[in-house]
This record gives sequence, C-alpha cells and structure tokens, in this order.
Amino acid sequence: MIEWQWGLVWELAPRFVDATGKTLFAAGGGYGIAVVLGLVFLAMQRVPLPAVRVATREFVELIRSTPLLLQIFFVYYVGPQFGLILAPWTAGLIAIGVHYGAYLSEVYRGGIESVPKGQWEAARAINLPTVTAYRRIVLPQALPPAIAGMGNYLVGIFKDTPMLSVIGVAELMHTATTIGAESYRYLEPYTMVGAIFLAISLPAAFCVNAFEKWVRRKLGMAK
Amino acid sequence: MTEETGRYPLRLEGDGVPMVRFQKVTKRYGPLVVLDELDLDVAPGEMVTIIGPSGSGKTTVLRMLMTLETIDGGVIYVDGEPLTHMVRNQGLVPANSAHTRRMRSKIGMCFQHFNLFPHMTALGNCMEGPVQVLKLSRKEAEERSMELLEMVGMADKRDEHPSRLSGGQQQRVAIARALAMRPRIMLFDEVTSALDPEVISEVTSVIRRLVSTHNLTMLMVTHQMGFAREISDRVCFFFNGSIEEQGPPAELFEAPGRERTRQFLNAVLEAN
Amino acid sequence: MAYLDFLQTHGDRLIDGTVVTVFQFFLATAVAVSVALLFGLMRLSQNLAIRSVAVGYIEIFRGTSLLVQLFWIFFVLPLFGINLDKFLAGFLAVGLNMGAYGAELVRGAILAVPRGQWEAAVALNMPRSRRMWRIVLPQAFLIMLPPWGNLVIEILKGTALVALISVTDLMFEVRQINIATFKAVEAFGTAILVYYAMARLFVTPCMRALERAMARKTGKA
Repeated sequence: MIEWQWGLVWELAPRFVDATGKTLFAAGGGYGIAVVLGLVFLAMQRVPLPAVRVATREFVELIRSTPLLLQIFFVYYVGPQFGLILAPWTAGLIAIGVHYGAYLSEVYRGGIESVPKGQWEAARAINLPTVTAYRRIVLPQALPPAIAGMGNYLVGIFKDTPMLSVIGVAELMHTATTIGAESYRYLEPYTMVGAIFLAISLPAAFCVNAFEKWVRRKLGMAK
Repeated sequence: MTEETGRYPLRLEGDGVPMVRFQKVTKRYGPLVVLDELDLDVAPGEMVTIIGPSGSGKTTVLRMLMTLETIDGGVIYVDGEPLTHMVRNQGLVPANSAHTRRMRSKIGMCFQHFNLFPHMTALGNCMEGPVQVLKLSRKEAEERSMELLEMVGMADKRDEHPSRLSGGQQQRVAIARALAMRPRIMLFDEVTSALDPEVISEVTSVIRRLVSTHNLTMLMVTHQMGFAREISDRVCFFFNGSIEEQGPPAELFEAPGRERTRQFLNAVLEAN
Repeated sequence: MAYLDFLQTHGDRLIDGTVVTVFQFFLATAVAVSVALLFGLMRLSQNLAIRSVAVGYIEIFRGTSLLVQLFWIFFVLPLFGINLDKFLAGFLAVGLNMGAYGAELVRGAILAVPRGQWEAAVALNMPRSRRMWRIVLPQAFLIMLPPWGNLVIEILKGTALVALISVTDLMFEVRQINIATFKAVEAFGTAILVYYAMARLFVTPCMRALERAMARKTGKA
C-alpha cells in the first residue's frame, strides 16, 4: 500500500501553479475563438444560400459528433504534410476553438428558438422592423437561456484542455505525466490535477448559475 | 401571382369605401383549406364580432389582416388600398416589406396570450412602438403611453414587469400597447379566453369604453356570447372557412336563420 | 487513387480498431446507464446520507476531466493494489464519467414528471416504489430520451480517449498509421469519417427509433 506524501505535494506545487496558469490560458483562448466562430457558424446557417446553409449545418454536426482528441491530432499533423508547421499551442487552440464554436452555435440557435413565436408576432403587430425586433425583443430574451449554455461550455472547454497534452501543450495533465515519468510517482501528481480541476470547475459552475439568475432578474424574467 | 384585370380593383373608390375588405380570400395549410374564397366588408367605425366552432377560420381572419399569415388567393383591402398586394404597372403584385409596413401601421392587435415583452415594464411595452417605429421622443412616447395606461387603469403598475401582473392586467397593458400606435383598426383575438372568469370583466369593460369613445374599426373573435351580443354592430358566424350567417346581434342570436348557427348557439349556451 | 491504396494497405487495422471502438462504446454505454439510474435515484432519496453520496459522486466526476479520471483509474489505482486491465479501465472510466452526467438527466426527468401524476398514484394508494416504477419512471424515461441522444454521442466520442492508455481502438490505430506513414489527412480524416458515420448513421437513428417506440408505447404519439 502506497503512502500519500505531503512533502512531494509542496515540492511540486510551483510547477502546478504554473501549469494551472497555462491551462486557464488555453481554456480562455480557445473559448474566445469559440465564441466568435459560434456566431460565424450561426450566421452561415441563416444566409439565403441553401448550399452554404446545408454545408455549414453538416460541418457543425461533423465537428460535434467526432472526438475532440482526433480533431486535435488532425489539425496538428495535417499541416506538416503540406509543409505548414503549427506550434502545439496554435494547433491546440484552433482545434478546441472550432470544436466548441460548433457547440456554441447550437447554444445561440437554441436561445433564439426558445423565444416564443408570439413575441415575433407582437413585434410585427407594433410594426417593428426585423432588425429592431431582433435587437430589442428577441436577443434580450434569447440571452438568459444562452448564458447557461455558454457558461457550461466555458467549464467544459476547461475540462477538455487535458487533451492538449497529447500534442505537447504543457498544461496540467502534461505536467503531471512529465512528473510521473521523472519520479515514478503517479498518486500525488494525478490526484493534484484532479483536485485542481475540481477546485476551479465547481465554483465556476456555481458562478455561471448565479450569473444566469442575475441576468434573468435584471431583465425582469425571474423564473 | 397575377390577377385578372377588373376582378380585383387597384383601389376602392367612391362613397362607402369599407375600412376592411376581404375579396375571395383563400388560405391553406397544406391540404387543409382554412379560408375558402372569403368575402367580408367592415365599414369604418363598425364593430364586427366573429364567432364559430374551433377550426372554422375565425382567428385566421385576424392574423391575415395583421399580415402574420401569407395569402394563398384573393386580395385584402384596408382603407381603400390593397394590403396584401401593391400596384405595379397597372396591376396587383404581392406586397413588398415597405408596403406591408406602411399598411400595417393602420392596424393594431391584441392576442389571446397577451404576448407582452417580458423583459420590459408595462410602460416600456407601451413605449416600444412609438419610440422605435414612430420615432417619437421618449418624453412624447411616455406621455402618450401614460395616458393610455391611465385609460386601461394600469397607470399605477407602469414600472412592473409582465411576470408580476395578473392575466387581466397583462391584457389591459397589451391593449394600451396596441393603441399607442394610433391604429385605425383594432383586432381582438380571443382576448378573454386565457383569463380567469373573475377578471374577464376588467378587459371587456376596457373594450366597451373603446367602442363608445374612440372611432375605431374593430374586429373581435370571442367565445363570450353575451359580450358579443351587447357590443357588436354585426356578428359573423364562421363555419368551415366561410361565413355561414351574419347579421345584427339581436337577429342572429334571437332568430338564427341557419341550422348550423342554431346548433352552435345551443351548444354554447348550454355549456354556460 | 492514392486514397484507395491507403485503405487497401491499412484496411485491416482500421477495421480492427473500429471493432474495438464499437465494443468500448457499448460497454461504456451500459456502465453509464446503470450508474446514471443508480445515482440519479439516490440523488432524489429522502435519506441525507444516500443523497450526499450521490452528490459527491456526481460532482467529482463532472468536476474533473474524463482524461484525468482515466489516468487515475489506470495509473493510480494499481498503487492501491487494484489492477485493472486497460480494456476494462477504458470503458469503465468513460462509463463512470458519462454516468455522472446521465444521473443529472435522470434526476431532471423525474422531477419534470407533473406533480399530478404522483398525486394520482397516491390517490390510488400505490406504495412508494410502485409509484416510481409503474407511474413516474416510464414517463421520465420519455422525457430524458432526447438529451440521452446527445449523451450517447458524447460516450462514443469519449471512447477515443482510451487510445491514450493503449487500448487498440480506432483512435489508437490511426495514430499508429500516422506515425508510420506521415499520412495525417488520410489516417485522421478516415477516422473522423468513421466516427461521424457511426454517430449519424447508427447512434442517432437508433435513439430516434427508441424515442418513437417509447412514445407509441406510452401513447404520446
């Protein structure tokens, strides 16, 4: 039976603090890309060209139903085949950004579709132009349900960053594996990674919930 | 859609131009014919109530007039001008959005489920159209809205969101919101159907006041036979997408000429 | 066609990998469904201790990453004398992780069954367990099927991670092919298409068929 060594935990702490920073950076950067790409995917599914709509729809489905790990490998290794070498960080952020962009476009779509038809009709009945109806009536109501989804995927992207370790991004998981290889200690590094994830994602999920409720209250739509 | 010349006039002229005219209006949902070559005229200032069994096309009449539905045949005229169509090269072509928006400004509507904007206060709901569409200043829009909220007895709830209002209160705000656009035609689509019995009179008394003080043309779909009888100039009984029978309320309710009307009225009165 | 050559050369490995992925997927799904039902019901228990265990389980598995859990189970558990074969560790980790998400779906669906249904069952004087099994769960099942459709796709995607503990699934095989040939587009591209085909042509239609069958059975269609 193996013993938990607190000494090792303190010794490793600085490296994990550093790696936590990198993990948060990867999650934040990937999320930034995803938020924008999600809007692009959404817009492309609403253009008046059926071919673009269908192609985008199919692309979003493809991204959502295949493993992120595979997409990370794809982005990282396809470049060199054509003479284009991407740094692990670049490839990782692109892969994770596109993956979550596909999810976020569905969140945006769901938010807009959750606004009852009667709201559109009432906007029409007071003769609001379409753009104004979106801006004043539909989007403010689409926001609270979208915030919940967006927040969940922010936590989700954070929890998926360990996959970037496979192409050598030095985030938490990569650091733990390196330490394991150096010291033949696995208990503390992997447990610490788990604990760090728990310590960040649980409060984050709580904050997302609180934020959603706050927005609802702010808009006078408390459930 | 091209229309035969002469069959549908480019505009209605002369004495006694109706405020609303449905001419051979057809509406289908797939194979289902909801309105079957409907003809209906409503005179300026007239209050017309539409009754009939569910699925008879009553609500569709109002929704088409509000341009919430597309038209599959025929033409609707409002205030002498085609609503669903516009004039191009001496003929009628389907209306574009500019024409639709110009014509729509003459019409206001209240819905069964109120459809108030939940993220705006009662006052915000009323000011939305005047500010965003009519481009009134906020001060003017607020004055106009407060006057109307006063009229429907909701002035003290001006800063409440819809979720804090009862059904009757929400519907009164919805009426004020529609009136704030100064329409010439008001449409009431089963405005009391979603209300608890004890608050129905809040809404009907507002409509009653509107009839006596405003020179509005009104179309109302309702299941409140007593109210329809008291307030209407004319009652239309719809059956299977067309008007089975119409006339002054006293006549239609006292001595219906058609068997179907009689059956419907008996069934409804028995239920009450 | 160079791509046809590629398929011909590596077809056996691709098929072997796909078969392993399919096995991992079915076993992980079975684990996830059992775990979800168990902890979902425990989460609704009136007993505080039982409820706390369920909350702890769900929050820990949802709060940390699947990859972390997989490595913990495979690399750390042996240190406590629990040696799991990599194949078993693989689908077990995926199933335990996804089951935590599923438990929340179970709980949400049970709570979404209208109160009147519970009350009607009480009025018929049914015992508590019968109310749950005969009245509430069948309706809850129908409510939770659509979100389970998404979760099952997540399970399929999750199984790709088992390649990282050297289970020879599709992900593992195409990675080996890439290392040997540097044909990344063909190797990873083929795998993406295979996963997509499994999700789109098999998993989703099956879930839809199940939804329709259940809807018919409960008289909702």
